[in-house]
Amino acid sequence: MNFFKRYARNYGALIGLAILFVVVVLAFAAPLIFPVSPWQSVGDPLLPPSEDPAFPFGTDMLGRDIAAGLAYGARVSLLIGVISTAVAVVIGVSIGALAGFYGGRVDDLLMRFTEFFQTIPAFAMAVVLVAIFNPTIVSITLAIAVVSWPPVARLVRGEFLSLRSREFVQAAVVIGQSGPRIMFTQILPNAISPIIVTASLMVATAILTESSLSFLGLGDRNMMSWGFMIGAARTMLREAWWMSVFPGVAILLTVLAINLIGEGLNDAMNPHLRGRKG
Amino acid sequence: MPALLTLCRQGKILKTLDFLFQRFVKAILVVLGVVILNFVLIHMAPGDPASVLAGEAGAGDAKFIAQLRAQFGLDQPLYWQLWTYLKGVLTGDLGYSYRNQVPVMTLILDRLPATLLLTGCAFVFSLVLGILLGVIAAYRRGSIADSVVMTSALVFYATPLFWIALMSVLVFSLHLDWLPPFDMESIGANYTGWARVADIAHHLVLPTVTLGLFFTAVYTRLTRASMLEVMALDFVKTARAKGVPKAQIIRRHVLRNAILPVFTFASMQAGQLVGGAVLTETVFAWPGIGRLMFDALLQRDYPVLLGVFLVTAAVVVLVNLITDLLYRFVDPRIEAAS
Repeated sequence: MNFFKRYARNYGALIGLAILFVVVVLAFAAPLIFPVSPWQSVGDPLLPPSEDPAFPFGTDMLGRDIAAGLAYGARVSLLIGVISTAVAVVIGVSIGALAGFYGGRVDDLLMRFTEFFQTIPAFAMAVVLVAIFNPTIVSITLAIAVVSWPPVARLVRGEFLSLRSREFVQAAVVIGQSGPRIMFTQILPNAISPIIVTASLMVATAILTESSLSFLGLGDRNMMSWGFMIGAARTMLREAWWMSVFPGVAILLTVLAINLIGEGLNDAMNPHLRGRKG
Repeated sequence: MPALLTLCRQGKILKTLDFLFQRFVKAILVVLGVVILNFVLIHMAPGDPASVLAGEAGAGDAKFIAQLRAQFGLDQPLYWQLWTYLKGVLTGDLGYSYRNQVPVMTLILDRLPATLLLTGCAFVFSLVLGILLGVIAAYRRGSIADSVVMTSALVFYATPLFWIALMSVLVFSLHLDWLPPFDMESIGANYTGWARVADIAHHLVLPTVTLGLFFTAVYTRLTRASMLEVMALDFVKTARAKGVPKAQIIRRHVLRNAILPVFTFASMQAGQLVGGAVLTETVFAWPGIGRLMFDALLQRDYPVLLGVFLVTAAVVVLVNLITDLLYRFVDPRIEAAS
């Protein structure tokens, strides 16, 4: 059975893909659907949803369109989620590959380093990093990457350790290929599927972290984000439930969709593990 | 004591001491690492380290800044500054909050009990409920109960904690008026004795459940997976073949083996729990170090921010250390493996 058939057997994964597709379209089409900036007042303040057909999700206390905020927020969430994960994967793969391939002292040193980052409270560290370097999209992305790479490093190390002694790698050593070349052209391609599965789940976690940071006021002030919208809605909880409910549902659906996709990828890429999950 | 006696008898006491020593050194090294990280962050931050320490937005005037320079020896070479900083931390000096006019350590020690109470309750709540639901889901695998439990776990695993907090305030405090939405105690009530305990417990319900739900979802999924894995093993088949009742197999044979990975994972979640506490305490105005961290953020009070970071890291390291030691005594297989 090929990859797509195996993936399609998992209904949850298909639903996840459908939801994510809508979110991605929304993110890309945001400037087309809502030409006016989401920070701009466009209507009466605190309009409940569906009272004015122009604002199906209502407006906030400054008359900003909640729907526009949701669309533009999707951009920030996806952007930070994907890029911070990419950076974390690069860091994790590099460290894990070096540790697993060379072993010995290098392995010891790099794994102690990884353990250190795995022990310290990740979210608290992200908060400190973003606060000290001021919240910009770059600092937020890097802070999330810095706190999320250790699982990748451990995973890649494990894969490299077991693949290193396999015959095809020994053959590459014998014909005189260099260390880095063996790592990238022989071992890494064979370790790619668990990395992809882990990375897809990390995107979901990164989106949750980003929304938590911007909820605390550590978001990029130039970009509308879902966490910021919920943070701003805190004081209006009694008067305007819609201000906090819709962005929360948006985060929930996006993260859920990505988690479902991750599980679907896991089933499709590691079919031998299927029985274990039950 | 019997465990200790057995250890002595088998001549393993030295090995255990060696193990204790190694773990202890490791814990110290991690905390030391965080101290150095804090120091590096102060120096890497944009702008003058002195103004970082004083806090932005004019908390420190020129005189304060000059005083800070002298105090931290900011005109000295870097290694000397690090040494001064380390010496301070070792003597319990985490700096001074110019915003609050109090040493950072005092602020944190004031707030720490509230956070330990909240995270402790949330930990127990999520572990008990998570294991219970996971066992039910595994025991009735494929049933409606299993689907309901696993779908809820999937949803709560994807829900931002701070949003659950706000929604529970909206429903249970503002609409239904069942539970207090803010603070740890009723203001101005001045309860004493058991009335005070009851009052705090009443305030504790929403934050505990909110903080606990995400972790409940994690433990439920983990327990179910771990149970199913053990249920497929040969010794379970043997027990079933011997005619042991299913409930007893689950309780005596499966759960005992399946629960260890859950405990291991739970102890590794201590850091996550602290992160969750920052968000929970912020929403519920819970007077712990999470809320302190949020206030420090608003006021750009960096000494407090870094102090809270260091203390939470130290608490997490301590929790991991204690778990490691407990395991050593609880699970004989670990010793055999090491």
